[in-house]
Amino acid sequence: MRSRMRVISDLYRHDPRCRFALSVIFIVVIFALLSLVSPYDPGSSYYAPPSLPPSREHPFGTNSRGQDIFWLMTFAVRNSLTFGILTAFLSRIIAIFVGLTSGYKGGIVDRIMMVINDSFVVLPVLPILILINFIMRGQMGLMELAMIMALFGWAWDARLIRSQVLSLKEREFTFTSVFSGTNTARILLSEHLPFVTPIVLSTTINNLLWAIGMEVTLAVLGLSNIGIPTIGTTIYWANQHQALISGVWWWLAAPVAISVLLFIALYLLVVGLGTYLDPRTRIQRMKGALSDERA
Amino acid sequence: MPRSFLSYIAQRAVQCVLVILIGITITFFIPRLSPTDPVETAVNQAVMVGQFSHPDAVREMKEALIRLYGLDGTLLQQYVRFWKGLLAGDLGPSLSSFPKPVMTLIRGSLPWTAGLLLTTAVISWTLGNLLGSLAGYYKNQRWASIVGIIAMALHPIPYYIMAFVLVVLLAYVVPIFPIGGAIDIGLKPAFSIVYLSSLLRHAILPSLSLLLVGVGGWFLGMRTLVTNVIAEDYVTYAKYAGVRDRVIMYQYVMRNALLPQITGLAMQLGLIFNGALITEYVFSYPGLGYLAYNAIFAGDYSLIMGVAVFSIVGVSIAVLLIDLAYPLFDPRVKYQ
Repeated sequence: MRSRMRVISDLYRHDPRCRFALSVIFIVVIFALLSLVSPYDPGSSYYAPPSLPPSREHPFGTNSRGQDIFWLMTFAVRNSLTFGILTAFLSRIIAIFVGLTSGYKGGIVDRIMMVINDSFVVLPVLPILILINFIMRGQMGLMELAMIMALFGWAWDARLIRSQVLSLKEREFTFTSVFSGTNTARILLSEHLPFVTPIVLSTTINNLLWAIGMEVTLAVLGLSNIGIPTIGTTIYWANQHQALISGVWWWLAAPVAISVLLFIALYLLVVGLGTYLDPRTRIQRMKGALSDERA
Repeated sequence: MPRSFLSYIAQRAVQCVLVILIGITITFFIPRLSPTDPVETAVNQAVMVGQFSHPDAVREMKEALIRLYGLDGTLLQQYVRFWKGLLAGDLGPSLSSFPKPVMTLIRGSLPWTAGLLLTTAVISWTLGNLLGSLAGYYKNQRWASIVGIIAMALHPIPYYIMAFVLVVLLAYVVPIFPIGGAIDIGLKPAFSIVYLSSLLRHAILPSLSLLLVGVGGWFLGMRTLVTNVIAEDYVTYAKYAGVRDRVIMYQYVMRNALLPQITGLAMQLGLIFNGALITEYVFSYPGLGYLAYNAIFAGDYSLIMGVAVFSIVGVSIAVLLIDLAYPLFDPRVKYQ
């Protein structure tokens, strides 16, 4: 745990991109947590005068349904984030399983798994998700949607994990474990998994991005559960009420601005994490730390 | 032809067939395993609107729809029939514009999607890689880091948001470009300046939104690749041997760094295709994405099914074509 905190503080100190990313993510998470103390219920409407521009009382204005956009967005961001994390977590299970097994087993198992894996990489997911959501329209909550998205979001990451395991397999400690009779599952989970944790972490954030973006897409098409406030459904309702044409631009500005900030921050975190984990820059940083100590 | 080249082609072809097989099988099972029945939904919709209120009529409609959607018979019979129809290019009639076949509707939208997708994919790939390799090669230059920052800010934005922001800014707030559509209303297709300029004007915003996201991604990938290749011994050697900078850059560095990007294009085509679909919806551009949106709106199950099936087949074949072009760039596949 302490070492993990240290990674975060290292990232924060050494990389301005990460400093920006971590700050934005921190603010967004606080914003989402504000939903817990919201004075309004997200399901109710017309508790405020409709279509008010941003003011001191309503920082993001109110929408045409008489809802305060600031407080509505706290729920929307919370739901979108929860959904993204859930999808990323579920698809991690598949990705880690396929990546570890395929890389370690090799041979025919690896070939079969990778052919299937590559098929899922190439498959255009949006039309399939449109079909699923069209048929199950209105019956799916975010949980069900996350489960379905997880089934389509693992392939690319499984490939990355596999490529790491391929090299781990040839290392001395793997041979030692095998010769001392450790079973395969144990080798994979307690010997190899810690090594692939960094790449799992960065693909998780990537997957989170993908999931939240996909939810926006599906919601805008009217295919997700439009009763639950998310970043996507907020945009959907604004479009339904023709917010732009009636001049209520702040209804759209809030979700668009928050999601753009969130996406850039998460992406920068992935990039920063990648640089941090890259052995070449790591050596440079260690040299820097050494000379710091000397000085 | 050498053996390794043939086995490469065979391998890619098998992969392509498998993608289609898996994708089509998934789409086949979705409506059949889902707890909601597309027939039931369509019937309920019709009853709600007020048509077919007579119970006999409702039953008849139900039976007709089951036959129409190919949901009668055992699962195996249905599956075989599904493939037979597909191979014959028959996806059944569309419900919302009955009795027009789904295939005719798709054929009408396909050129728009293909045009939008191909031009933007080619331009963004070329531009992104060119800029990316320059930025990787001259990484201490000021412009390189500025372009890098812009790329990092643009690339992670989802296609929908990008398209939406562009339509708001450049068609609504500052109305330079048309807000949607592919051509001015009432204009007949002709090889004239009026037609072509209208075509171009309508295509600029959708293309731009796909380009901005795409270029950023290729740029960032290529920059990393080039920085890695530059550190290779053969590049250092070439430098000491006095090979000209341009030659090192284009022949030694770029050519090698480009290979993963070609594979990358094949791998990401599905994602880019998703982006094109959603961009079409934002700009009411009459391609497959817009067709799918109208189908959702009209509750046209067979049309959505058709778009999904066709997207899978189309993307897989496009990926195969890129894979087949790969040996042209990587001589190692040919002479191993």
